[in-house]
Amino acid sequence: MKNNVDWKKYFIVFLITLTLFLSASYLSDYFSTKKINQLKLIQDEISLDILSSETQFALLSELSCKNVSGFSVLSDLLGELGAKLEWGESNLGKTEEVEYLRKYYSLLQIKDYLLMKQISSRCGFKYAFVLYFYTTAENCSECERQGLVLSRLKNKYPELRVYSFDFSTDLSAVEAMLAIYKIEDTKLPALVVEGDLYTGFQDIDKLEPLIQETFGLEEEGEEEEVKEGIE
Amino acid sequence: MFLLVTFLENRKTIKNRKGKVVLARYPTVTVTVPCFNEERTIYKTVRSLLDLNYPKEKLKIFLVDDGSTDGTLNIIQKFAKYSNVKVFHKENGGKHTALNLGLENCDTEFSGCLDADSYVDSDSLVRIMSYFERDESTMAVAPSIEVSNPKNIIEYAQKAEYYMSIYVKKMLGLINAIHVTPGPLTIFRRKVFEELGPYRSAHNTEDMEIAYRMQKNHMKIEQCHDAFVYTNTPSSVRRLYQQRLRWIYGFINNTIDYRGVLFQKKYGNFSLFTVPAGIVSIIAASYLFSRIAIRLWNFVEGKIVELRTVGFEFSSPFYNFDPFFINTKSVLFVILILYSLVIVSIVLGHKIAEKKVFPLHILYFFSIYSVVAPFWLFSSIYNTIVAKRPSWR
Repeated sequence: MKNNVDWKKYFIVFLITLTLFLSASYLSDYFSTKKINQLKLIQDEISLDILSSETQFALLSELSCKNVSGFSVLSDLLGELGAKLEWGESNLGKTEEVEYLRKYYSLLQIKDYLLMKQISSRCGFKYAFVLYFYTTAENCSECERQGLVLSRLKNKYPELRVYSFDFSTDLSAVEAMLAIYKIEDTKLPALVVEGDLYTGFQDIDKLEPLIQETFGLEEEGEEEEVKEGIE
Repeated sequence: MFLLVTFLENRKTIKNRKGKVVLARYPTVTVTVPCFNEERTIYKTVRSLLDLNYPKEKLKIFLVDDGSTDGTLNIIQKFAKYSNVKVFHKENGGKHTALNLGLENCDTEFSGCLDADSYVDSDSLVRIMSYFERDESTMAVAPSIEVSNPKNIIEYAQKAEYYMSIYVKKMLGLINAIHVTPGPLTIFRRKVFEELGPYRSAHNTEDMEIAYRMQKNHMKIEQCHDAFVYTNTPSSVRRLYQQRLRWIYGFINNTIDYRGVLFQKKYGNFSLFTVPAGIVSIIAASYLFSRIAIRLWNFVEGKIVELRTVGFEFSSPFYNFDPFFINTKSVLFVILILYSLVIVSIVLGHKIAEKKVFPLHILYFFSIYSVVAPFWLFSSIYNTIVAKRPSWR
């Protein structure tokens, strides 16, 4: 029996297989780019919203608080962007683009935090603010658990605004936050609730009363402001 | 992809013959049926052989009882009254010893085997023999094997898989690259055993070893796609697992035994395609299954951590579903391509056998094999490493 080997066929099959693999790779790249563009789009939208809110806030002295609107929508957008970024980091890889988006996101969060603090104290909105510091540079299982606790609380209390910051984010604004609250990388996760720092994992039983208390404080603050207004 | 290109090249020549096949000369053939505790199926098996459309005086049937402990011997002895049936009884020594007893007593030009759990179609033998008549250089011809009378989803899943095998084997036959001459009615020229010697134990896969030996000795093996044999297949996951463990273990170990034939141009497509493709499939499947297992483990672990940290809260995964979260890594597309090729293979197998496609069987095949296959795959690799031979049953 002659064992004729049809090399031409091997070559053709190799080319077809190669084309299939390249197409798979191309499709994957195409969708990744599409997703990053989608993230950019959300960021632009948030950026615009924040700018608009800031402008609105600047005009506040001339407007009443009831005209301040759209903040809960902004909060949802920030939440969506956060979730998508997190997914992107673990599935698209920590590319330069994704890291840039993460920095931008951190910055947007800080801006939103500052603005919301001012608006809520001026207009008496019942918001609670939690700053959450974690790390992705090393395996931090406590951070994962802390994230779960915060997500659960956020679902329960829509007025709770959680701003999360990766300790390793190379951005001066984030570094400034770390310096202000004296966050150390050895004591992560860390939470700042109403200016108080809590390091290490905080379980839901401990955190929930703290947050409820914060809502209470807001109420008191509001009452004081109202009193001041009357006097 | 290689097989698909082969199919496209040969699609016009693959046709099922209609009506009776007539040979210019009917050579003598011996079919040996090795039996070990086959009382449930042996009667039907022998009956199907007796009903073959082949001249009785040209066909000898050897029924070899390999030390059965059930009523097999009693049943086969009833067939001794037929002039062309001969019954043998021996101590249990394994399938290859029963086949070798048949070979020792064989004086016909052709010799074959039929597993005691399989039934032949009445035209199968004459169709197989026509391949020998057509080509003097053909040394062995294997039939198309279908699942006999499937009852549960395990058997229906195998039915889909056996159709895929019909396609794969036909394509391998067209390029002289068949690596197994299965127990259900593969017929050999007697010259094969005269030149190469008898069957060997070969890690309980003697039908694979003889094919490897033939390929090594440049003997042509063909696949007669329109000769049908129906076989009983494992009806439970445990039995299926045991069978496949034996097959994969046999493939790995026969390949190790015959490693010298790998990537040698002189051994043709068998050496350059079949065996390497088998090795790559095992490695790729192991890799994919490990990946899936790791992902699954991470998911379960994450859920356990979540449960311990914040307790249970029902949330539908499709609530607020966003296509953004669909994984679009290249490996996903590669898996999609692979799955499509498997589906195409099953469909083409049906086409070659001229049978209707049941998409439900394909679904059973994917759901059962994707869960159980990793176990037999990893077990056979593990058994090879620790040199533990799987049992027959």
